Amino acid sequence: MSIKHGLLALLQDGPKYGYQLRGEFEAATGATWPLNIGQVYTTLTRLERDGLVQAAAARAATVEDDGRSMYEITGAGRDELAKWFETPVTRESRPRDELAIKLALALAVPGVDVGAVVQRQRMSTMQSLQELTRLKRNSSDGEISWQLVVESMIFGAEAEIRWLDHCEAMLLRHRGIPRPAPRTSVVPDEQEARS
Amino acid sequence: MILDIRNLTRTHGQGEQAVHALRGVDLTVAPGELVAVMGPSGSGKSTLLTCAGGLDRPTAGEVIVDGNDLTTLSRNAVAALRRRRIGYVFQDFNLIPALTAAENVALPLELDGTRSRTARKAAVAALQEVGIDDLADRFPDDMSGGQRQRVAIARAVVGERRLLLADEPTGALDSETGEAVLRLLRDRCDQHGIGGVLVTHGARDAAWADRVVYLRDGVLVGQAGPLPEADALLESR
Repeated sequence: MSIKHGLLALLQDGPKYGYQLRGEFEAATGATWPLNIGQVYTTLTRLERDGLVQAAAARAATVEDDGRSMYEITGAGRDELAKWFETPVTRESRPRDELAIKLALALAVPGVDVGAVVQRQRMSTMQSLQELTRLKRNSSDGEISWQLVVESMIFGAEAEIRWLDHCEAMLLRHRGIPRPAPRTSVVPDEQEARS
Repeated sequence: MILDIRNLTRTHGQGEQAVHALRGVDLTVAPGELVAVMGPSGSGKSTLLTCAGGLDRPTAGEVIVDGNDLTTLSRNAVAALRRRRIGYVFQDFNLIPALTAAENVALPLELDGTRSRTARKAAVAALQEVGIDDLADRFPDDMSGGQRQRVAIARAVVGERRLLLADEPTGALDSETGEAVLRLLRDRCDQHGIGGVLVTHGARDAAWADRVVYLRDGVLVGQAGPLPEADALLESR
């Protein structure tokens, strides 16, 4: 995903100022991806250079936007946007997964308790999942765009936990994780007799 | 505390063949708190739930429900406490097919000696709280899975229940219906000060809880939460 396509999408329904685009972008994604105004104008400048947007001629600089122009999407911009919506996002286009690399290295380097790394990660991801679920609980029915973004993060966190469970089971099969020590190992005789 | 489990140990069988289902587990659940128990198959999740609900006797340790130590009570006293104070929600709903929704919900009250008209009234009120009082006279077979689970939740919280125990309550439901059920369980705990224990293998379900504990080989090995707000909530009680 690029800011570029996000801005093009928001320009679909009419010319807008940079600060307007920033506001609408954050409203649609629930501020999970905060943009600064500099990023917005840098991106608009590049889009203009590539012929995907142009300054809206009729409505030039006004006082409110600090002398900035309104931008509108061009025909080429609409084509680019349509192509973006038509093309699935590939896993390869995302940044490398630090967690997978960390676990792979934990296995390769002697003296690292891989089971403990997995467990710590699981509880940390679980806590994020709880926080996301709380956000979802507190959102209202009207915030559908925002809910979609939260759901995406929820399913992502869930997948990570399932993957960690899977890693743990694999590790157990291949080298055996030591069983955790019980909190107390001594069972008083009379209590045992009672059952 | 609604539920206070101390050093809970459950061993099946003896000697070489002994299976240690739980080994010294401590767990507390406060009023209004929902605690999720996660862990791989065979980690002791369900044993923990059956011991908490007085359906199984621990080998050692204490299970204190609303101030009563189940391990020292007689079988009859445990059964009475179960009927009055503990509600169960299962994956497969466990409703009686020959009884209507309202009759299913009223059943535990009637078994406990409540007059049937009073029990029926309480049952309809409980069904109203879970949003299906219009289905009070319908039989389980004429309901969707989500509706049946709502009946089961109404049955689990009807009367003066203090502890709600749920074993994979969304297992037989699609994800959206499952979510509605979790939202409902969550609300029951929040609004009625009921303590809840939710056993699940699904992280997305567990995330509805204030705290998530993780069992492996009968031992608690990790905990996530409580979230900051839940903490503040506990202090204010």
